[in-house]
Amino acid sequence: MNKAAPLYQFAHARTGDKGNRSNISVIAYRSEDFPLLLREVTAERVKIHFGFRKPSAVTRYELPNLMALNFVIDDVLDGGVNLSLNLDSHGKSLSYWLLAMEINIG
Amino acid sequence: MVTDIYRVACAAGFSGDRTDVAKPLVDELLKMGDPACLIFESLAERTLALAQLERQQNSEQGYEPLLAEMLEPILVDCIKGQIPIVGNFGAANPEGAARLISAMAKEKGLPDIRIAIVRGDDISAQEFRSQLEGLLSSEDRKTLNQSKLVSANIYLGAQEIANALNAGAQVVVTGRVADPALTVGPLMAHFKKDWDDWAFLGAATMAGHLLECGAQVTGGYFADPGMKDVPSLAGLGFPIVEFDAQGAMFVTKPTGSGGVVNRMTVTEQLLYELHDPAKYLTPDVIADITQTQITDLGGDRVKIVGVKGHPRPETLKANLCIDGGWLAEAEISYAGFNAYERAQLAAQIIRERLSDLDLRIDFIGSSSIFASDRGEGPQYRSQDGFADIRMRVATAHQDKSKANKVCREVTALYTCGPAGGGGVRTNIKPRLNTLVCFVPRELVQTSYEFFKG
Repeated sequence: MNKAAPLYQFAHARTGDKGNRSNISVIAYRSEDFPLLLREVTAERVKIHFGFRKPSAVTRYELPNLMALNFVIDDVLDGGVNLSLNLDSHGKSLSYWLLAMEINIG
Repeated sequence: MVTDIYRVACAAGFSGDRTDVAKPLVDELLKMGDPACLIFESLAERTLALAQLERQQNSEQGYEPLLAEMLEPILVDCIKGQIPIVGNFGAANPEGAARLISAMAKEKGLPDIRIAIVRGDDISAQEFRSQLEGLLSSEDRKTLNQSKLVSANIYLGAQEIANALNAGAQVVVTGRVADPALTVGPLMAHFKKDWDDWAFLGAATMAGHLLECGAQVTGGYFADPGMKDVPSLAGLGFPIVEFDAQGAMFVTKPTGSGGVVNRMTVTEQLLYELHDPAKYLTPDVIADITQTQITDLGGDRVKIVGVKGHPRPETLKANLCIDGGWLAEAEISYAGFNAYERAQLAAQIIRERLSDLDLRIDFIGSSSIFASDRGEGPQYRSQDGFADIRMRVATAHQDKSKANKVCREVTALYTCGPAGGGGVRTNIKPRLNTLVCFVPRELVQTSYEFFKG
C-alpha cells in the first residue's frame, strides 16, 4: 500500500523572488532521499499544488551534486512585490507551502 | 604581490540590517592578517527608488540612512588595517555618502582618505528618456507615459570598483551595481585576472552571491526549531568568504559568533533567487553552478568548488521605478467566542460599502489581545468557537482619497460594525511600480572618480 508523508520530513527549502516569479529550492536532508524527491516532486505536481495561485508555468531544475531541485514558478506573486496586496508580497513563505506537499513514500 | 588567499566579509545584506556585526568581522580579518576587504550590500529592488524620492525632498539625502551607524565602529580600523570598504550605500546620492564618510574620517583624525565614487548607473535624467522609451515594450512604454518616473538605474558590473581599488581607493561608494559586483570588484583587483577569465568571474560572482544577503548564509533566514536548529540567533555572525586564485572558496564566520555555516545554509543561499542554475546572468559573467560541489568541513567552514562561467551578456538590466499610486491598509481585532464569525461579518460590511475598490481581506490569528506578551492568558484559545482574529483590509489606488476609504471604513467598524472590535490601526503610503528593460552595453558610460571634499 502507498504511504504518504509531507515533503517537510525529507527536505528543506528557501524561496526567492524576482518580479512576479518565485523560485523555491528543495534540498534533501539526506542524500539517499534525493531520488525520492526526483520521483515525487515533479514540475507538474508542483503546478497542481500551487493551483490556487494560478501559476502560468513551473520549471524544475535538477542539481544532483547539491541534492537539490530548483523550481521556478511563474506569475504566483499577485504581480510581485510592488503590486501585491498580500502581506507577504515577496512570497517568502511559499517554501513552506511547497514543503506541505504530500508525497508518496511507499 | 598576489597572495594565495583573499578574504571578503559582508556586513550588511539589506538597508536596515544589524549594524553591530561589522566590528567582529573586521576584528577577525585583522587577526587573520591576509589581504581582505569589507562589503556592505544595502540596495533592494525598491530601496533605490525610495532613496530617489528622499533626494527629491532633500538634495543632501538619498544615500543609505544608516551609513554613519554602519561605518562608525570600523572606519578607523579598516583604514589603518588596509581593509578597503566597498558598498552600494551611495544609493541615489553617492556624492552625499562620500561627503559624510569624508567628514567622519576627518573627525577621527584621518584627513586624507581616498574615497572613490562609481558613476554611470543613474539614467533617470531627461536626456535618457527617449532612449529608455525605445527599450521598453509598447505596453510598458504606455505605463511609463501614464505615470511619473521616479528612478531609472542600470545594474553595473564590477569593473569600475576594481579600477578604483587598483588606483588606491580605501572606500568605494556605488549606487546600483549588481549585488555580486561588490565582491567581484575586490577579487578582480587583487588577483589581476583578465575580464574574459569566465571561470574565475563565475566563481567570484557566486562568492558574491553567497555573501550578498549577509546572514542568510550563516544561519539567518534558516532556523526551523527541531528540524534546523541554529545557535544564538541573537548574536548572529556575518559571513566571510576566503577565495583563492583558482576560484575555490570557503565560507565561514567570526570565531565565537552565533549562527551556523554548513552544507544546508550554503546550498539554500547558493540557490536563492536563482532561476536556471546553468545561466545566472550578471553584468560580468553568466555563472554556472551545475557542476558545483559543496563540502562541509565542520566547524562552520564550507568549501565550494566547480563554479563555471560563460561570456557575459550583451545587455545590462535596468530597473525603472514609477509612481504607483497609494497603498492603504487597515486592521481591526475580534477576540473571544464567535470571533471569526464577527470578523467575517465585518469583512462583509466592508465589501458592501467599498464595492468600487479592489480589496484584499485577511483573517490573522493566534494570540494577541487577550494574552500577555509572554503568552500568559486565557486557556480557551484553542477551543471551538474561541479565537483571536485580526482582520486586515488592503487596497491600492492612484487616487489617495479613494485608497483612504479603506482606513475610514475600517475605523468606522468601531461603532458601526460587529461587537467587540478593537485595536484599529491604519496606514496609507505611496506605492512604487517597477518596469524592467535591457540596455545595450555600448550605450552605458561608466567611470569612477575620487571624492574632492
